[in-house]
Amino acid sequence: MADSSNTQTQGSSRFGRYLIYTLLGLVCLYYLMPLFIMLSTSLKTLDDIRTGSLVSLPAHVTFQPWLDAWSKACIGVRCEGMSVYFWNSFRFVVPAVLISTLAGAFNGYVLTLWRFRGSDIFFSALMIGCFIPFQVILLPMARTLGELGIFNTISGLIFVHVVYGVSFTTLFFRNYYVTIPDELVKAARIDGAGFLRIFWRIILPISTPIVVVSIIWQFTQIWNDFLFGVVFSSGDHQPVTVALNNLVNTSTGVIGYNVDMAAAIIAALPTLFIYIVAGKYFVRGLTAGSVKG
Amino acid sequence: MGALSIRNVRKSYGTTEILKGINIEIEEGEFLILVGPSGCGKSTLLAMIAGLDNITSGEVYIGERKVNDLSPKDRDIAMVFQSYALYPNMTVRQNISFGLEIRKVPKAEQQKIVAQVAQILQMEQLLDRKPSQLSGGQRQRVAMGRAIARNPTLFLFDEPLSNLDAKLRVEMRTEIKLLHKRVGKTIVYVTHDQVEAMTLGDKIAVMKDGEVVQFGTPQQIYDNPVNLFVASFMGSPSMNFIPCRVAVLDGKFGLKMDTGGQTHVFPVEGASSALAAYAGREIIVGIRPEKITHKVDFLAGAPNFYVAETTIEISEPTGADTLLVITINDKNIVCRVHPDYAKSQGERMAFMFDMSKTVYFDPVTELRIL
Repeated sequence: MADSSNTQTQGSSRFGRYLIYTLLGLVCLYYLMPLFIMLSTSLKTLDDIRTGSLVSLPAHVTFQPWLDAWSKACIGVRCEGMSVYFWNSFRFVVPAVLISTLAGAFNGYVLTLWRFRGSDIFFSALMIGCFIPFQVILLPMARTLGELGIFNTISGLIFVHVVYGVSFTTLFFRNYYVTIPDELVKAARIDGAGFLRIFWRIILPISTPIVVVSIIWQFTQIWNDFLFGVVFSSGDHQPVTVALNNLVNTSTGVIGYNVDMAAAIIAALPTLFIYIVAGKYFVRGLTAGSVKG
Repeated sequence: MGALSIRNVRKSYGTTEILKGINIEIEEGEFLILVGPSGCGKSTLLAMIAGLDNITSGEVYIGERKVNDLSPKDRDIAMVFQSYALYPNMTVRQNISFGLEIRKVPKAEQQKIVAQVAQILQMEQLLDRKPSQLSGGQRQRVAMGRAIARNPTLFLFDEPLSNLDAKLRVEMRTEIKLLHKRVGKTIVYVTHDQVEAMTLGDKIAVMKDGEVVQFGTPQQIYDNPVNLFVASFMGSPSMNFIPCRVAVLDGKFGLKMDTGGQTHVFPVEGASSALAAYAGREIIVGIRPEKITHKVDFLAGAPNFYVAETTIEISEPTGADTLLVITINDKNIVCRVHPDYAKSQGERMAFMFDMSKTVYFDPVTELRIL
């Protein structure tokens, strides 16, 4: 009797498994479709695009659209491609990610392991920063940047993104550090280590999972940002997302879908890369707090 | 002046008083145990000795120095924590030498100290491992090694064995005792385990609700508890408390014991004047399980030895002894009997009560009467 019920569950679980895999496969296809279309279109010639269908493979593979998008396509009046803006993005995204991550780590360290009177209130106040919509801070931020003399500069964009990102990174690090026993800090204090030394020598080295989470999150957010880029920078200082928009909108008679697609992929490439390289750390880091004793 | 002197130390958070005036003084090389149930303030007191927590009022002296306002690193102490608190990113070697490095001990000297410590604790082969690669007992040993490397005047242990399994705990207990003997330094050790307290301590401070209820040697505390709390806290299995009416018998006092139908009166020997005020009233009689055994013929009838026969309710063999539960005055009483003499559950057996170390408590104030 026990046996028969056993086989029954096995049979039905196998059927359920097929169902799940089929469903997952369909969902996968659905999500990969846009990428496939972008990739195949970017490798087609304009003639190919006109005559073939949207989902057909390129009849003749060409990399010319990619080269054009990188260094020749017209963005506004300049016809130098995406490369300038691509490096622009890197120049502010990398410092902004690093600074906001480090600041978040430091905030988290203070808020959990060196609690002070009112630290919980301080943390709650900081959390509100996560819920402030971009639009709300546009005008005050423009004013601030003007006062600081960094409007329409790379430093200005770094500043904006650090300020906006620090709420999120603080949240990440605080939640990670609450799982660290206080005794670790106490032991280090008795060993004679001070506030900063404990941070650099003990706390930061054990934060790898959450540092990765913070970097991925911040990199994606800042790289993909459009609004701050379009508002707080212009001309040569614009980030790649704004350049992509301008490239697509700059018409010279014929719409070069292949170049547009190539440019879009170029703009998305760094975030894709980060996810592929560090994705597993991302999941591990997000769940680290919950499984660690 | 002693090695550690705690004078009228108080601690309060807002209006709640955690410590209500603690006074303890111990000599150089003594092993002090702070023991008590959770929430009694023992860990807070230790943190204050360490300088990890501020003192609201009172004074703490380590040796000749008043340390109230010194930071932990300047107090010449080392501490071993319950969670071991090893630095997870460092190897055992780095864990031990971290404190030395901060105090700018030369590299060569550091290596020498690490080697010495590793030898004392027999963990040379573990030096290049990370804490995550060690077992609980090994981590505990590294934590002790880190403390020894500092060569402090005062060692502080905060429930260091509570995260270990029972067998390892006994082993490490012995090891700590050996270590104390070898290093000869003053130790303050916090625990909630009364067995650890009894086995390790030279002096024990039993704490409850932020106060030291009793301070003395383990034997003093075991034999002469000042109140019902200390009596019940120390000893395993714990002391039996029998509510008894004091009877007056030929000018002497006796205790009425009802063993299920049969009433015995056990005379109280010696200075019984303290009981005069309680004549005819109920008091609480404390008698340890090992003082109720099988009947030994040549002792039965001697002063302070009384025999009563009763039914065994429950029998719990532990191997070395068998714990038998009987009923006296409607209370379950545990007796510790040699297995060879123990009868089975439900059978009748003659028990011998050794009343020489019996203690008496007031049922209302719970303080010792005699």
